[in-house]
Amino acid sequence: MAAGGADKFSVLLPTYNERENLPLVVWLLARAFRESGNNFEIIIIDDGSPDGTQEIAEQLEKIYGSDKIVMREIISVLFSSGTAYIHGMKYASGNFIVIMDADLSHHVSLYFIYVLKQKEGNFDIVSGTRYKGNGGVYGWDLKRKLISRGANFITQVLLRPGASDLTGSFRLYRKEVLQKLMEKCVSKGYVFQMEMIVRARQLGYTIGEVPISFVDRVYGESKLGGNEIVSFLKGLLTLFATT
Amino acid sequence: MTKLGQWLCGLALLGSAWAALALAPPGLRLPAPYRQALLPLPVYLLVAFGCYSLATVGYRLATFNDCEEAAAELQEHIRAARADLSRRGLRF
Repeated sequence: MAAGGADKFSVLLPTYNERENLPLVVWLLARAFRESGNNFEIIIIDDGSPDGTQEIAEQLEKIYGSDKIVMREIISVLFSSGTAYIHGMKYASGNFIVIMDADLSHHVSLYFIYVLKQKEGNFDIVSGTRYKGNGGVYGWDLKRKLISRGANFITQVLLRPGASDLTGSFRLYRKEVLQKLMEKCVSKGYVFQMEMIVRARQLGYTIGEVPISFVDRVYGESKLGGNEIVSFLKGLLTLFATT
Repeated sequence: MTKLGQWLCGLALLGSAWAALALAPPGLRLPAPYRQALLPLPVYLLVAFGCYSLATVGYRLATFNDCEEAAAELQEHIRAARADLSRRGLRF
């Protein structure tokens, strides 16, 4: 794999109670970046986790060096991905930002296909999709898959977003693009992820897609109840009416 | 224009075209058979869309990939990561 040249990748990892998974994610990221020769840093934004996530992040900082691991804590009742990214970006020194989940649901070693895709089309955003190519999921039963496909279908019909997976959160952005989008997006939670893509299309940014696998290890505790579905529909209709 | 705006415009356009042709105010009369065929058109289109939706979601559900290898690979990665990190002094 060719060396990364002048590009530097800042990975934003919002965490809450990820003491167990965080070291693994960091280790996998570090290995993936080293193998591909890209310059990187990992920015951990922790929402005051009570389980010792910060303590383990500090240990990782000692092991990998504080130029590679940056730990920032925010304690906010209104913690959401959006808040975490805004905070994290202040410390990001890379020209590309990778956002992903810290719970090992995303196949970390796939990050390099994002880079390849980005270079291939000089895209502003590269988004991982579970719905195309050999993307997919592991650990979902039929009901979960049905809800996922159904929700995605409604989203496609209403928003015609030009991307196949709107609620995914494994993405690569150019730094300026992410900053611009953060200014414009107002939603919370995964609707925020949807809004980012919709606004990006409006602003004329180019979006490339890569198939990814989503490994759901915490499915048993997944909170996909009626509440989640209702709030998803509310968010979708809001985007429908305002974008 | 918002997506909602686009939908409303589209529906208004199609709706007025349908109303003009099917409900037939005098002065714009098509022959009766045409009018009778056009009258239930909106309902037919809705049903057709409903069938399309079911078929599409059903197909996508059936072809939703299960990533067995990804899960297995992940387990291996976790083992390697824990071993290496312990070596480097991480206290889990």
